[in-house]
Amino acid sequence: MDDGAAPSLGLRLEQVAISLGSVRLMALDCTIGPGEVMTVMGPSGSGKSTLLAAITGTLDPAFAMRGRIKLNGRDLAGLPTEAREVGILFQDEYLFPHMSVGANLAFGLKPGVKRRGARRAKIEDALAEVELSGFADRDPATLSGGQRARVALQRMLLSEPRALLLDEAFSKLDTGLRAQVRELVFETARQRGLPVLQVTHDHSDADAAEGEIVHL
Amino acid sequence: MIRHMLTSLAAVAIAVPLAAQEVMPDPKAWGDVTAAAEGQTVYWHAWGGSNSVNEFIAWAGDQVQETYGITVEHVKLKDTADAVSRVIAEKSAGKDAGGAVDLIWINGENFAAMKDQGLLFGPWAESLPNWEFIDVEGKPAVKSDFTVPTEGLEAPWGMAQIIFYHDSSRLDIPPRSIPALRDWAQDNPGRFAYPQPPDFLGSTFLKQVVLELAPDPSVLSEPVNEANYVAATTPLWEYLDDLTPNLWRGGAAYPQSGARLVQLMNDGEIDLALSFNPNEPSNAIANFELPDTVRTYVLEGGTIGNASFVAIPYNANAKEGALVLANFLMSAEAQARKSDPAVWGDGTVLALDKLNAEDRAKFDAIALGVATLAPEELGQSLPEPHPSWMVRLEEDWTARYGVGQ
Amino acid sequence: MLGPVLAGLLGTLAPAFGYMPALGGTTFSLNAFEALFAWPGLSSAVGLSLGVGLASTALSLAIVTLICAGWADTRTFAMVERLLSPLLSVPHAAAAFGLAFLIAPSGWIARGLSPWATGWEQPPDLLILQDPAGLSLIFGLVTKEVPFLLLMTLAALSQVRAGQSLRVAQALGYSRVSGWLKTVFPLIYRQIRLPVYAVLAFSMSVVDVAIILGPNTPSTLAVQVVRWMNDPDLALRFQAAAGAVLQLGLVIAGLGLWRGLEMAVAGIGRRWTASGARGHRVFDQGVRGLALGLGAVAAIAVIAGLAGQVAWSFAGLWQFPDLLPDGFTFRNWQRHGARLAGPGLETLTIAALSTGLALLLTLACLEAEHRHGLRPATRALWLLYLPLIVPQIAFLAGFQTLSISTGVDGGRMAVTLAHLVFVLPYVFLALADPWRAWDARQDTVARALGAGPDRVLWMVRLPMLLRPVLTAAAVGFAVSVGQYLPTLLVGAGRVPTLTTEAIALASGGDRRVIGVYALAQMGAAFAPFALAVLLPRLIWRNRKGLLNG
Repeated sequence: MDDGAAPSLGLRLEQVAISLGSVRLMALDCTIGPGEVMTVMGPSGSGKSTLLAAITGTLDPAFAMRGRIKLNGRDLAGLPTEAREVGILFQDEYLFPHMSVGANLAFGLKPGVKRRGARRAKIEDALAEVELSGFADRDPATLSGGQRARVALQRMLLSEPRALLLDEAFSKLDTGLRAQVRELVFETARQRGLPVLQVTHDHSDADAAEGEIVHL
Repeated sequence: MIRHMLTSLAAVAIAVPLAAQEVMPDPKAWGDVTAAAEGQTVYWHAWGGSNSVNEFIAWAGDQVQETYGITVEHVKLKDTADAVSRVIAEKSAGKDAGGAVDLIWINGENFAAMKDQGLLFGPWAESLPNWEFIDVEGKPAVKSDFTVPTEGLEAPWGMAQIIFYHDSSRLDIPPRSIPALRDWAQDNPGRFAYPQPPDFLGSTFLKQVVLELAPDPSVLSEPVNEANYVAATTPLWEYLDDLTPNLWRGGAAYPQSGARLVQLMNDGEIDLALSFNPNEPSNAIANFELPDTVRTYVLEGGTIGNASFVAIPYNANAKEGALVLANFLMSAEAQARKSDPAVWGDGTVLALDKLNAEDRAKFDAIALGVATLAPEELGQSLPEPHPSWMVRLEEDWTARYGVGQ
Repeated sequence: MLGPVLAGLLGTLAPAFGYMPALGGTTFSLNAFEALFAWPGLSSAVGLSLGVGLASTALSLAIVTLICAGWADTRTFAMVERLLSPLLSVPHAAAAFGLAFLIAPSGWIARGLSPWATGWEQPPDLLILQDPAGLSLIFGLVTKEVPFLLLMTLAALSQVRAGQSLRVAQALGYSRVSGWLKTVFPLIYRQIRLPVYAVLAFSMSVVDVAIILGPNTPSTLAVQVVRWMNDPDLALRFQAAAGAVLQLGLVIAGLGLWRGLEMAVAGIGRRWTASGARGHRVFDQGVRGLALGLGAVAAIAVIAGLAGQVAWSFAGLWQFPDLLPDGFTFRNWQRHGARLAGPGLETLTIAALSTGLALLLTLACLEAEHRHGLRPATRALWLLYLPLIVPQIAFLAGFQTLSISTGVDGGRMAVTLAHLVFVLPYVFLALADPWRAWDARQDTVARALGAGPDRVLWMVRLPMLLRPVLTAAAVGFAVSVGQYLPTLLVGAGRVPTLTTEAIALASGGDRRVIGVYALAQMGAAFAPFALAVLLPRLIWRNRKGLLNG
């Protein structure tokens, strides 16, 4: 257990409790280290997605949260979503339908990369990493499910998050594709040392994560 | 918002007494008036339902622009009452100067009401340079608007008279008196209509019937009272009780205006109609609104006529410009153009014998429209009854025929 | 919104109780009301207003409901939607003129059948238009209200997952119509309730359409009030004000009555739902056919009416029973074409300004609601709707006095602000639902990628919602183009628009001129609708995800 003295790396949920009115939905106290995956499982309505909303800072005001959420020692309380450096993937990829694949990735790419050529090169690299070279000008609506999932992953990685949240991220993919995409996501997270919190109701997702499993 | 409003209202209330110190123009010093008028914009509120009228107003605007440097903006109204309402609203808001209405085309009840409420500027009309050419003797209506003395508060600019019209291809010999009209309608049910009072043409039809049937028509020039009203109108209600079942739609619906009568005539829904502009059918023929077989006539005993006027509201912004425009409208040039059926065909208010030969020639050159009567055919018009009659007649008509009872 | 309406109401209440110093009324009294109640046509006029309002609203709602129940999510429905939506841009008066020429005994339909089928050499003396029961008025109102309610219903449909509910109901053995009415309608109605109230208030207070199509022995109360207001006898202004107050009371009573009907129908509906009746296929077929038929009649009436206007605008002499004019001429267009330019430009400028402002305010409002997690309060919505529910005749005269005394009067900006009062509710109405229906997770994703709320708004949300934004703008534009009284009263007659010119010219009764101006007006209102459909198609032509959505 963390004694709270030294700032630790990873995503730390410290005595987090979420309630709706007088009903307590969940309580959690845990740390996810860099490259580790923690899986939260539970039936619908158990507050899995609410937990993720608390971490991204999009919790509906109807809910009340107690406790602290820290990322690499930094308390996220009060920070707007865009300043939290937490990436999230949903079961729908939410590629922006009005942007090309390349523009979607550019939207994620940090503004620190200034020159146009450099930005384009970064985007091409990101596409090549997931075997989608030459897809930059494509309409996202014309991609297959697996392709969309990979673009969404790369878009998120280009924004250089320090933690990764997965909200039933693989549940729409069929079994074969699911394992493939899941492998890619977990492997990438491990390589980059990102703490991963996934919520799912699917045991294969939990097993593949090879990490701690929490039941709500 | 509300606080802001109250503050503004208070500000206006304080500002008003100061603004009221405005110098009023004096038409007798005509040079000063035209000098002050130069560069002004005159907002002339006038009915905008007729092309011919709109084009004439646009022409008049061009003329005073050229000669006096005055810009005229025709505010096209669907109803003169809109301009009256505007002046009332301004008075309510305490805007006693710089008003939006500079000149109104007006007559009859609207004039009587504005005069009565002190909403008009003047007197000025009889001090205008062109007043000397007005046919005061031959056309008493130019100084007496529905029997109400104009007292120089409005200037005449046209003469109107009730005429009847019919499509000669369908109706060859129309009825030429009010009783004959009733008998004709009995034989031809559903083929005649008059606009629903208080539309002014509809109300004028009622007055025409009263004038022709009343035992003593002279009482109509006096304000109405209980005794003379009953005596004068009993024949009217008997007449209408007979006529109504034979009206268009059996009197269950009425056309809302004289303009609608033109449509109904063209659509073949009626065979006989009336108008307050002797030239309207000719104009309508020229506009394809009526077939060229339409002809006009007046009743044997004569028909009601009146003058139409322009007046200046008490708080008008460009009074000098309005005076100059009103004076121009009474000029031989404007009057001759206005009486040309190809332009408008409205009767002149001028006495031709007061004009010089050159100006008189302008009138002689005018060719009458196919359905327009010559002045001698129109004959002497009958005077309008006192406006108080109209109010009573409209009320009673509505109670008897206007609410489905 | 509250300020101008309340101030306007005050300006009506005062003269109703005898206070109007400009006309010599300096003491409070009930004389105006006494005169009003002594007017012999009052009970008929009141009954007529109430009947027309309730009947046309109920009929419009029924048609829209049945069209949705019978046809939602079908190809036919998409067609109906595409056919009806542009009809929103037809100005009310133009639609009424068109309809009048269609159904009159000397109208286009009768001309088409005469004399060969009817034997009529001259039109029969039949009371079709302006019938005392107000049937043709109801018909005219329904043709204009169906497109509006349909548009509102469509927005609501996308929010309540109607398709899913219906599929579940059908899987449970319910027929399409019964299933829709039982599972979807209650949800939809909750969403479109305010628009329905606005329709009811409008149809009880409408003036222009009622003058053209409505009865006049007597006319509806609103028309009668306008007559008194326009009467040269200025003493009638007090009676008119009292009538306007009564009209307001009537609208409130009408809304109360409707609320009562709502509860009664809801009770019956609940019992019907609980009964488990599945509905019969034959009944379903009948309802679907009927709904489509009625919708088609409404659409065809407006379209044929417009076609009539087109024909008239090119017509030479055109008499009964000729189906077409003796000759066609460009003269009407030549005569008026040049004169359309000035008012046309003014109309477009004012419409663009007021719609732009309304859009800005609506977006600011909705975005603030989104960013601060506020819930839309029903009470606030009522305020927004106030200008649509309070009859114009009850507050415009006072509104004019207010605008004169504050000096915001007589210019383009003043007219723009006056239009804003009426444009804003419609823009808000049209945009709020699609805006709120936007998936919030889209926002979470964009924000998690490091984009601040402004960047998300401009780069993601607005582009994705381009179509609803443009549609809302088109609705607002059409509303602005159609404004007559606010333009005239606040503009002091100095701001001529296509509508003020059209109404003034229409008083002359020449159908050719009416046709020219009605088409110009309609063009000004329709162009933005066309843009709202075409622009997103053009801009997103390579983005399939936005073309179908």
